[in-house]
Amino acid sequence: MIGLSLAYLRDRALNTALNILLLGLGVASLVILLLFSSQLENRFDRDAQGIDMVVGAKGSPLQLILSSVYHVDIPTGNVPLDTVELLRRQLGVAEAIPLALGDSFRSFRIVGTEPAYPALLGASLADGRMFAAPMEAVIGAEVATRTGAGLGQRFVGGHGMGGGDEGPKHEEQPFIVVGRLKPTGTVIDRLILTRVESVWSVHGIEAPHADDHHDGETAAEHAAHDHDGESAEEHAAHASPAEVTAVLVRFGSPIAAVRLPGFVNRQTNLQAAVPAVEVSRLLSLVGVGLDAVRAFAVLLMITAGLSIFVALLTALKEREADMAMLRVIGASRAAIIGQVASEGLILAAAGAALGLMLGHGVIALAAANIEQLHQLGLSAARVHPGEAWIVAAALAIGLIAALIPALRVLQSDIAETLANAR
Amino acid sequence: MPSPDTLNSNGLPQGPLVETRGLSHERAENGVSRRVMAIGDWSLQPGHHALLLGPSGSGKSTFINIVTGLLTPSHGELRVAGEPMSTLSPAGRDALRRRTIGLVFQTLRLIPALSVAGNLALAQKLALGVVDRAEIDRLIARVGLAHRAEARPRQLSQGEGQRAAIARALVTRPRLLVADEPTSALDDANAARMIDLMFETADATGATLLIATHDGRIAHRFANRLDLVAPQAPVTAAAA
Repeated sequence: MIGLSLAYLRDRALNTALNILLLGLGVASLVILLLFSSQLENRFDRDAQGIDMVVGAKGSPLQLILSSVYHVDIPTGNVPLDTVELLRRQLGVAEAIPLALGDSFRSFRIVGTEPAYPALLGASLADGRMFAAPMEAVIGAEVATRTGAGLGQRFVGGHGMGGGDEGPKHEEQPFIVVGRLKPTGTVIDRLILTRVESVWSVHGIEAPHADDHHDGETAAEHAAHDHDGESAEEHAAHASPAEVTAVLVRFGSPIAAVRLPGFVNRQTNLQAAVPAVEVSRLLSLVGVGLDAVRAFAVLLMITAGLSIFVALLTALKEREADMAMLRVIGASRAAIIGQVASEGLILAAAGAALGLMLGHGVIALAAANIEQLHQLGLSAARVHPGEAWIVAAALAIGLIAALIPALRVLQSDIAETLANAR
Repeated sequence: MPSPDTLNSNGLPQGPLVETRGLSHERAENGVSRRVMAIGDWSLQPGHHALLLGPSGSGKSTFINIVTGLLTPSHGELRVAGEPMSTLSPAGRDALRRRTIGLVFQTLRLIPALSVAGNLALAQKLALGVVDRAEIDRLIARVGLAHRAEARPRQLSQGEGQRAAIARALVTRPRLLVADEPTSALDDANAARMIDLMFETADATGATLLIATHDGRIAHRFANRLDLVAPQAPVTAAAA
């Protein structure tokens, strides 16, 4: 009977193809939305793991989180280096890790920090060693792959953080790669990590505690730096004397979560932002858009179901005599229902398979061609358990669309149907 | 009732293949019960091909529907191969029909989505549970459609379609081949050829023919005739 179903579907090939396409588009839309939103949320969660609070200059808390946790926006400004010590002295603070931002190399951000930062995100060395002296750099897995940089490779950072190559270069201050990190699936894969002092040094700022590796660029030289073409905000974001851009804080006790944000916000020029709060606010904003698209995709699937229903109803109406004949030559009622149901199920299964391929294909294409999506770590290779529900829904639509006309046919009188057809 | 499994001297099962007792059928129309077919007692012996002759409205199709178990008679009973077709459950009738009866209709009732060979294979699969390719090829060749085996029904001429329908009815090796108006749409030459083919293939497969028609052109070919007249009173004639 499956063979007969396939023969009927082949017999009206155009109609079959259109219905499969229609259902495929609905399934693909839902799959794309599911993969996109789940991977986005997953990525947000992983990048923010272990970071309970971020302290930075006053401004938009979301911007602070985006710039210092996800490294996608420009920072709100700088805070004095003392902030780090101030936070470390607070009860309930397990870790306070400074970040100094401002430069990049081939679009990859150079982050002045401490070895505790990669440790916090669970990154470990693939080869080489952790940065120790200023101008030593450890690069993320993707930086290594994309730039082809190996150990001992020297490179010059450029000023600015979005497409840093366009900004002025710090030619006189090359970095040297001393270590490469294993892939983590987090934002750290796309970062170049170095000591905070390196960032100061590049911009000619004296470290508060003099250090032997410092090359002695003066503040005057720094002032002469060509900052043409950088925005005021980017300039503000630049680490100025003994400042850092943000401090990532991990709490050691739950009390800190209650007490610390208030404490920080009372300080002049400081603000505290909680990644979980800001991300859920961002996702709820994006979520409204996603919900609208999701509703549209569901509508598309229901339309596909209706189209299959109409196609089968019309086809079965034309085939009433065929079915009566099938009954006469020995097909049971169950076999007839099974045959029609399998037609609906085959259509739905083909539509679902097409939709899955299309959905993953579009994600793959988007990740390959749209830099921002690639940076978000969008991957077509990951399968979400929710896809099984989408496929199940598609199959249910196909089955229901087939069973209604099949039951109608079975209620008819074979002798009468044959008499009318004779 | 003799067992249908006992064979007579011709190698055919003993006992009538079709047997009616006081068979008639009434249909309610506008609240009034009207007799649409009356046969009374009649029997069809294996190998004695029979013609059911009568004008439109004489109840030929009603009788065919009762023989094939698609309709329950209002009076009397009908047995097929010794089994009480008229009183069996719907599933029992389906099974009996599947085992013993092949049907050929006036209009082409092949499945349009399947080739000629595919139609035969489906019929075999449904009736016997297995597909015998050799038997299918043999039957298709026998009805002269070897070159059209893979053609779709809509690609066949009317004559070819009729022959394909006969092959489909015989592919399950039925003991009774029932045909409803198999020749009425054909010209004289093709009608004669069709009857030749049905006799020949029925004899080759051991099937007994029961042909309902109002086509007087083929009447002389049958020794065993059941003449129906509208509206009632059946007249049987066993001689020719």
